[in-house]
Formats: sequence, structure tokens, C-alpha cells
Amino acid sequence: MPTADAFLEVTDLKTHFPIEKGFLVKKRVGTVKAVDGIDLTLAQGEVLGLVGESGCGKSTLGRTILQLIPPTEGTVVLAGRNLAGLRGGDLRRARADFQMIFQDPYASLNPRMTVYDTLAEAISTHKNIPRGEMPRRVSELLSRVGLSPRFIRKYPHEFSGGQRQRIAIARALAVEPKLIIADEPVSALDVSIQAQIINLLIKLTREMGLTMIFISHDLSVVKHISDRIAVMYLGRIVEIGPSVEVFEKPLHPYTKALVSAVPIPDPARERHRKRIILSGDPPSPVNPPMGCTFHPRCPYMIEECRAAYPPFVDYTPGRRATCIRLHEINPPA
Amino acid sequence: MLELEAVKQAKALESATPETAEAGSSLWRDAWHRLLKNKLSVVGGVIVIIVTLLCAFAGVIAPDPNSQDLALYASAPSHAHWFGTDTLGRDLFARVLFGGRISLAVGMVATLVALCIGVVYGTISGYYGGNVDAVMMRIVDIIYALPFTIFVILLSVFFNNDETRARINHVIHATGLKFSLGSEFNIVLLFAAIGAVEWLTMARIVRGQVRSLRKMDFVEAAEALGIRPQRIIFRHMIPNVLGPIIVYTTLTIPSVMLLEAFLSFLGLGVQPPNASWGVLIGEGAKSMEEFPWLLTYPGLALSITLFSFNFLGDGLRDALDPRASKD
Repeated sequence: MPTADAFLEVTDLKTHFPIEKGFLVKKRVGTVKAVDGIDLTLAQGEVLGLVGESGCGKSTLGRTILQLIPPTEGTVVLAGRNLAGLRGGDLRRARADFQMIFQDPYASLNPRMTVYDTLAEAISTHKNIPRGEMPRRVSELLSRVGLSPRFIRKYPHEFSGGQRQRIAIARALAVEPKLIIADEPVSALDVSIQAQIINLLIKLTREMGLTMIFISHDLSVVKHISDRIAVMYLGRIVEIGPSVEVFEKPLHPYTKALVSAVPIPDPARERHRKRIILSGDPPSPVNPPMGCTFHPRCPYMIEECRAAYPPFVDYTPGRRATCIRLHEINPPA
Repeated sequence: MLELEAVKQAKALESATPETAEAGSSLWRDAWHRLLKNKLSVVGGVIVIIVTLLCAFAGVIAPDPNSQDLALYASAPSHAHWFGTDTLGRDLFARVLFGGRISLAVGMVATLVALCIGVVYGTISGYYGGNVDAVMMRIVDIIYALPFTIFVILLSVFFNNDETRARINHVIHATGLKFSLGSEFNIVLLFAAIGAVEWLTMARIVRGQVRSLRKMDFVEAAEALGIRPQRIIFRHMIPNVLGPIIVYTTLTIPSVMLLEAFLSFLGLGVQPPNASWGVLIGEGAKSMEEFPWLLTYPGLALSITLFSFNFLGDGLRDALDPRASKD
């Protein structure tokens, strides 16, 4: 759905991993369809929450958009340029525009480099900064993410998880990107620290006008930060819509189950919360079910669901889901 | 050059944040402190340094190792000759020190050869992966499968003869260079031959480390930043595989020295009148019943040095990878 103000436009993006057997002469014995036909459009400054259970392909989608994994098919157009076609030096230069924040801040920082070295390397990758000015730049970056510049000569192992994640965020901001993909940036942190990091991300996206895709398996985390939410199941987006609305009234049966699993921080209401328990495990992306991939676990399943993968159905403007019974199971209030 | 850069950076840092930039403690420094706490490896390190210095300055400390005085035929240790003299009346102390030079040099040069081949080979194999990795590692497997001792013996027989040297000299002269290789060059060739076999394990270690590092987030983050592959390898990968490389290096030196001693003992290694600990032990063993000191002193020198290297290597392993030592 191309729109005039599309800043990031992902069209029919597919990432398939071949499963190969054999030495030197490889035989393809199967395909993992980690990302299987994703269409997404983000406006500048928008924050999209991407949720789904483990193994649904949300991290792969993030990495494919950032060209860390080459896409099998499809285009990723950022500010009018197709990233999927870029190679080598062109791609490296383009990377100044899009950055990633990783899940595990204990693994995402080089243990042998000081904070200064890490950030100075990031800054100087895309810009020529005079040597004398670099310390000031690094200090600025640290202040921006709420760390004191006096930590400049310390090593990652001397910091807590929350502080490390701040350093990782500073590194991503060092190249002044336009798009940031945050891959579960708080799920490795203590709950008490999570809110701080989320608030920092909210502040930074507003201040710097960043466009962000925030990946998480935790709906309650996503709710706070996102303008819109996209729900992924087995390599595809099954529902997308404004954050509050998706939370208040989930449309797709899968989203309904996800939302029903979020505890309500109010004991009186929590006691009456109805949980939809899905039966079974998510199917293997090597051999997904025929038709709608959700049908084996879906409480609303009918015979037609086995026939073909359902197209997106518009519910209200801006709200869509892939379910043939969308209107039937969500009667207008 | 590198240090100069670091100093400049440190100065720039201090001028920018004069009051409070707290110095961090790098993993190298932490490892150094852990190493200092390990008494055995400190003793090992000190002995290695002392032995190396003694051998290096053998010319100053000891008399000529090749001057013969048949009047002193196999004299027992005394004030004049601390370790006694051998059956040709040569001072054994001098011969042990000069022999140590060659033994240590063989150990270090061969290890250096192994290090260079192994690190480059392993890094390429691990970084590129896929078919490149498969082919490169199968080659290693094949060389591994060759009977190691026979392989080294074949190499030393091939390299350790005048004919080969003459052929190489011929090539050197053909290119217009004005030097030729003397008989000492046989030893250098031997180092290279041993090193060329010892690199296999190094290559495997480095390849494994690089492969696991490739999947680390900070390498992916560097890639996402748009940093060039060479820089990723040298700034992000190699510093992180250096620990295991250092440990394996300190453990390879003694094993190469032992191999050299073994070859020399068999008469395949260092040729007389040059001595190495292996040669001396070989000579001493022939007359150990009448003149035990001829075997004892070179034997002690070799074992103490090997022990020290091994203690140092073990200490380094514990210091550089504290998790692995807690078993």
C-alpha cells in the first residue's frame, strides 16, 4: 500500500534459508521460510511495534530490512532508495542511514574496546572528524543517552546491563541514522531497568525524529512505545493497526490470544481476565500448514481456512488483518 | 607507531575531560593481575626469562663451546668447568648455553611459523565459512592424518642436506642477490619444517574461535555500522582470539623444543659441531654410565625449561579465560 509519505516501504519481502545436505555438492532438502512476503509502510518519525512469538521471524525481518541478511525476494525502499539492490561499498556507505540495537547488551559490545573506542569508531566510520574534536563528540553522545562522560575510558564489562544498552544505543546514534531497528532491546534487562531504556528510546525518537521498528515478544512493552503494532505469525504479518486499538480490540484470532495473555495491573480486573489458551505449538516454518498457517491452532477455524492463505481484509481505516472471518468474528460494536 | 596513536588519543581524552575521566581496567590488565597471583606460572615465567637471557648472552658468560682441550678429557664438574667437560674436552656449561640458544631458537622460530600460517589460515577459513571452510579444513584433516613423526623425519631428511642448499643458493644467485646460505641454514630450514606441521592445531583453534565470534552481536553491529571487513577482522575479531592464541603459543614452544630434541637425539636434527640440548642429551646418553654429568646437565636444562613453559602456559590459560579454569 504505497502512500505519499512513505519513508520506509517494504514490499513483498522474503527471506528463505535453504536447508542443504552434502559436502561441496549441496543438495537442497528444504527451505525455512523465515520471512515470507512482508509488506510494510512506515511514515517518517513513526514507531512500529513488531510482535510475535519466538521463531516467528521478527528478528530475521529486522535483519533483512537492514540488509544484514540478504533478502531472497522483494524490495526495501528507504527515503526513495532500494536497499535490497545495494552491494559492497555502496551498502556500507548507505548504512549511515539505518542502525540496529541488539537484544543482548553483554554480547553487542566488543569486550576489548573502551567506550571511547567503540563510539569513536562508530562516529568516524561515516564522517571525517578531526582528532581533537572526537572526545567532545563522544561525550555528547554519552550525555544524550544519559551516561556520564567520565565513563569514557571504561570497558563494557565494568558496566551494568542497562548502562551497556545505553552505550549500544549511543553507538547506533553515532552515525545519525534515520531508521533504527531495535531487536528486543529490553528483554535481556531487569524489569526495573526496562522502563528506563524504553523511556530513553521514546525520548530519543521524539528528539531526533527517528523512525523506529521496535521488535518484542512482550506486548505490554510494545504498547508504550509504538504508534502502530504489527503482529507476526510464521513469517507473515497477520494484523496491523494503531497501537491502542490493537490492544483494546484485537481483530485476528492470534492477536486476541496474545492480548489475552497480558496481565492487567489491576487485581480486580485481572481476576476476571479471560485467557484464550492456544492449543499446540507454532508449526515448523520448514513445513507450514496449508492455507492459513494459523488454522491448526485457531478456535474459529472453518473448512475454508485450509484452502488458501487469506489476503488482508480492511476492518477500519488503518486496521487490517489476514482472516477470512474478520468481520464475522469482530461484529461492529 | 600503534603506541604513539594510543598516547595521542589518551592525551586528547585528558584535555577534553580533564577532571573526571575514570581509567577503565581492560581485560588484558585483569588477566595480568590474575597471572601474577598464580605463583607457579610466575616462577615459570621468570625461569623462562632467565634461561633465555643466559643463552642469549652465552658469548659473554661462557667460554668458547668448540675449543677442544684433550687434556681435559671428560673431566668432572669443577670450579673451572661448572658442568665438567665432554669427551673432546669442551666446556659443557658453554655447550649447554650455546645449545640452549639453538633449542630455544628452534622452539620460537618454528612456533612463529606455525603462528603465522595458523592464524591466517584459520581466520580465513572461519570468516568466510561455507565451501571455503569445508575445503580448507579437510586439507588440515588430511595433513593431520599423516604419521606426524615420519612426516617431520622426511622433511628434515629432505631439507637437511647440502644438495638442497646448493639448489636454493643457485636460485638466489640467479635473482642477482649477493649472498649464499651456509650450513647453519639447514637448521633454519628445519625450524620451518617443524613449524609447517605445528600450524595445524593453531589453524583449528583460530578457526573455531573466529566462527563463534562471527555470530557474536558486536561483530554484526560492526557490520551494521558499515565498517570494512578487514577492519572488522583486525579490530574486532583478532583481539578477541588473541587469548587462546597466546596460550597455545606458549604451549607450542616446549612441544617444538621436545620435537627438535628428539630429532637431534636421533641424529636427524642439528648437526655437529653445532649443539642443541637434544644433541647434547644424545651424546651424553652414549656415555652415561661413565660420565653421568654429560647427560644430567643438558637433561636438566631441557626439562626445567619445558616445565617452566608449561607452567607459564597453564597460568596464562587460567588468567585469560577464567571461566575455563573452574572445573
